[in-house]
This record gives sequence, C-alpha cells and structure tokens, in this order.
Amino acid sequence: MKPELLPLSNVADALASGAVSPEALLEASLARIRALDGRLHAFLRLTENEARTAAKAAGQRRASGKPLGPLDGVPIALKDIFCMEGVETTCGSKILSGYAPPYDATVVRRLKQAGAVIVGKLNMDEFAMGSSTENSAFGPTRNPWDLTRTPGGSSGGSAAAVAARLVPGALGTDTGGSIRQPAALVGCAGLKPTYGRVSRFGVIAFASSLDQVGPFAQDVRGVAHLLAAIAGHDPNDQTSSSRPVPDYAAGLDRGVRGLRIGVPREYFGEGLSPEVEKAVRAGIEKLRAAGAEVREISLPNSPHAIATYYIVATAEASSNLARYDGVRYGHRAKASQLLEMYEKTRAEGFGAEVKRRIMLGTYVLSAGYYDAYYLRAQKVRALIRRDFDQAFATVDATVSPTSPTTAFKLGEKMDDPLAMYLNDVYTVPANLAGLPGISVPCGFDSKGLPVGLQLIGKPFEEETLLRIAHAAEPSEHRLPPLAEGR
Amino acid sequence: MAIDRAQVRHVARLARLALSEEEEERFAAQLGHVLEYVERLQAVDVAGVEPLSFAGDAAAGLPLREDEPRPSLPRDKVLAQAPEHNGEAFLVPRILE
Repeated sequence: MKPELLPLSNVADALASGAVSPEALLEASLARIRALDGRLHAFLRLTENEARTAAKAAGQRRASGKPLGPLDGVPIALKDIFCMEGVETTCGSKILSGYAPPYDATVVRRLKQAGAVIVGKLNMDEFAMGSSTENSAFGPTRNPWDLTRTPGGSSGGSAAAVAARLVPGALGTDTGGSIRQPAALVGCAGLKPTYGRVSRFGVIAFASSLDQVGPFAQDVRGVAHLLAAIAGHDPNDQTSSSRPVPDYAAGLDRGVRGLRIGVPREYFGEGLSPEVEKAVRAGIEKLRAAGAEVREISLPNSPHAIATYYIVATAEASSNLARYDGVRYGHRAKASQLLEMYEKTRAEGFGAEVKRRIMLGTYVLSAGYYDAYYLRAQKVRALIRRDFDQAFATVDATVSPTSPTTAFKLGEKMDDPLAMYLNDVYTVPANLAGLPGISVPCGFDSKGLPVGLQLIGKPFEEETLLRIAHAAEPSEHRLPPLAEGR
Repeated sequence: MAIDRAQVRHVARLARLALSEEEEERFAAQLGHVLEYVERLQAVDVAGVEPLSFAGDAAAGLPLREDEPRPSLPRDKVLAQAPEHNGEAFLVPRILE
C-alpha cells in the first residue's frame, strides 16, 4: 500500500526504515488534498511553505540518522482553533477572519519540536459549538463515507481529513464530545485526554472547565504517539498537570486480560440506534474474548448530563466570548458610538449557534438565575463525577457507544438545536467529570457507515485506556469511498 | 419555560449583541425550548452536594506561580492585529464628548 494511505504508526515505521522520505510523504499528502478536498472541505487553508521547510529539515535529520522521534517528518493538520504564529486562525468564525496570531499554541510548538510537518488548518463548527461542522462560517465539511452526510463535529475537519487519508494525524479539541463523536462518525480513532493532561495555552477558549486538546489517527498507536508529543505540564496553563508523561505506545500490546470493563446500562437506553448497539455489543464481546472481565454497571446521573452540560458550557462560553469586541483583533463593525460598535461587531461576526449559546449562557448567569441554573448544574456535575468515582472502584474503564446514531444527513438537525445537542448524550459526561475518553471504530451499519465504540477511563490513566482501545480496534482499516477517489 | 421578547432584548443587551426582530423571535422560541429541557435538573436532589467547578488534577489543585516580571509579546506584533491603532494603543470610537 502507498505509504500516505497507511495508519500513522506505519507511516512512522516507513519513515524510520527509509522506505519513504518526509518530503515525498508531504508531497503525496498535498496531492491528495488537492485531488479530494474540493469535495470534502476538511481544510480551511494550507501552510505549504512552512510544511516544505519542515519536511526538508526532517528529511535531513532522518538521512543523518538523528530523528527527533516517531513523528519526525509525519504530516499533521490542525483544527483551526490552535494559534499558529503568522498563520490565519479563525476558529471557524467570521469574527476572526484575517487574524494571524503573534505566537504558537503550546501544542503547536511541541508538535514542531517533535518534527511533525504541519500542513494546514482544518474546518470546525464556529468556536467549536456544534456536532456537525455545519456551524462553520466557511461552509460544512462532508463525510468521506457519504458526501451527503456530516462528519460530526465540532472537529469534523480533523476527523474527515484523517479518515480520507489526507493526513495520517490531526489535532482537535473536545468540550462535549468534539473529538470522539466525529471520530466515530468517520471511522477513525480520537482521544480526549484527562482534563489537565494537555496544555490549552494558545487554544481558543470555548468552555474553560471542559475544553481539552486531543489527537486523531487511523490507529490507536498513532494516537499514542501524538499524545506523547503534546502532553505534559505547561507553566502557561494553570490547569495543566505536572504528572510525568509515560511512553503511551510502549504498553499497547500488553492486552486486556485481567482488566475489568463496565457496561453502563444508562448508555444503552432510549434513542440508541439498534444497528449501533449491535456493533458496540460485538466490540464488547471482542474485549471479553481477549480476556477482559466485562460487567454491567450503573451511572445513575447520566440522564442529567446534557442539561448540565448546556448550562455549564454556555455560561462559560458567554464569558470567554466577551473578548470579541472589535477592539484588539478580528472584525470591527462601522459605528460612531462604542456600545454600538460592540453590539454591531458581535451581531455581524457571530453565527446563529454562537449567538444562541451566548444568549443562553448570559441568561443562566444573569441576576436572579445564577443559583437556579449555574450553581445547581455544578452540583449535578459533582454527582456525575461521583458516579464515575464509584464505578472506578470496581472497573478500570467503561465501554459504550460513542454516539447514538451513525452519520446523519447534512441539514437534518439544523433547525432543531436540542436534537443536535442530544448527539452528545454519551460523550458529555467525560468532559463534566474531567475523564479521558476515546472512540475507536467497531464496525459498520447496513448503509456502510462507521460505528464508534467509546471507552472512558480513570483520570490520568490514558495508558490503560489506550491499551483497551488497541484491543478493541479493528486489525484492518477499510478505506472510505472518497479516499479511493470514488 | 417560556421566555418573552422583552427578556430576549434584556439578555442581548447584557451580552452586547444587536439582534434583528426576526432573531429576537426565533431565539425566544429556541431558548424557551432549551430552558424547558434543562428544567429537569430542578428535580435532582443536590442537598449537601458541593458544586464541582474544577475537574482536573485534584492532587495538584491549581498551583500559583511567583509573580515575577516576564517579557510580553512585542507591542507592534500585537497592535498589527487590531482593526485600528496608532502604533501605541488600540483606538476605539470616542467615549467622552
């Protein structure tokens, strides 16, 4: 198989053996983007010049036998939420059109230090608010398995680019499922690490108590390589943990014998598509056959997660997005008065979903409502966390569907915000509780659309989570029709 | 929970968002719909529960660093991103007559 079609860890092996050079790999990736992305729309812009310089340097290091690590020379793309010095960074919003940050996000700096070749910026729902990438101000991304369907969101560009083999790896962010849900809908692996595992310095903020950065790759080993490169303490992010970063790829093959995996009954109820359930149950049987001890558990406060999330996340968003006022960067509306300038700038710059969430967040924080909404939601959030703490006394991870359905049609849920929010029913609890979660492919429905299996683990135990995910992932990765040029 | 146009206008003013009449109407309906959904939390027993605002590394908490001067971003690079500046400061419409 052509090296550019291989999973990330095999790409790293091909670079290490000299079977392919970083320069050739980059050109192959750019050629695929040119050939296929007109139909997919995963990319918002390419960074070809920077990428060629980086690939050349990586090639020299590889040739002299001094690679920086497994990512040295691997093409990687970034959700457009990561600040990259001198490169336009819009967060999917018109309000940041033309904004070229004066610095690199910590994760961007770390990828560069690991030798990764950054090829461009990927489409997303505006300010990461959405589950379909349709809220991008620059048009939706499509699903490489069926171009009439969504790749999920908000990191839909990242997921689609990896699934279509435009790049072997990408970074996204996950506030309520924005890595795991699109990974499930396009059939790749996507990890949301523990809150605090990866720095968010230079990552445009949505909901600060929930946001976390994570990787996409075809295979779990690729995800492990990317996590090892980006994880670790950063003095510029107070919430980032100083716990040591293990070699996540090293223990992947240790298997799951003796590990206890809980199946939360609340994740298999009303609203779950029977075809998704069937594929996930088959994935659970695969783990059992590999030696894991599988038992049913209960996370009784799960049914409150969506309501809790849409209070906490919108409240924090309304505060974070106050900074877009037309003064320091981005769009400014014409106005003669300051207040008028703020109101018009924000009216012109933000799309409908962002306005809706700012309104909801402002409402729940406004005088007289704080206790009833925000404070109460933070208390229910504590109960959701307590459910997991109790479950983790008897199991090492939970297993469930990632999303209740496979990829839905573009436009299908755009007129009903609540229906769109309910896509996140199985993913938001991990964000509320600060836990690591991963989605890996576990089969297809009768339409040939991928199904994702989600594992949620104990805080800072990504090693165990990845080990289980590796046991659950398929040994072969089927190519979506678009990736084969069909 | 119903929310009327006057409440929408009040919240929009707090959020510094100019809304069209059509948006006011649409958001009143949609926000009402979402608020109705989140009402379910009122039935959860939270007596004696401490709110959870930080779900990170509990052992480490949120450590503070020494308050020492450090170099900032270069002024010209930051100002270059502003819609209007005079080389020293951000410019905005006149506030005082």
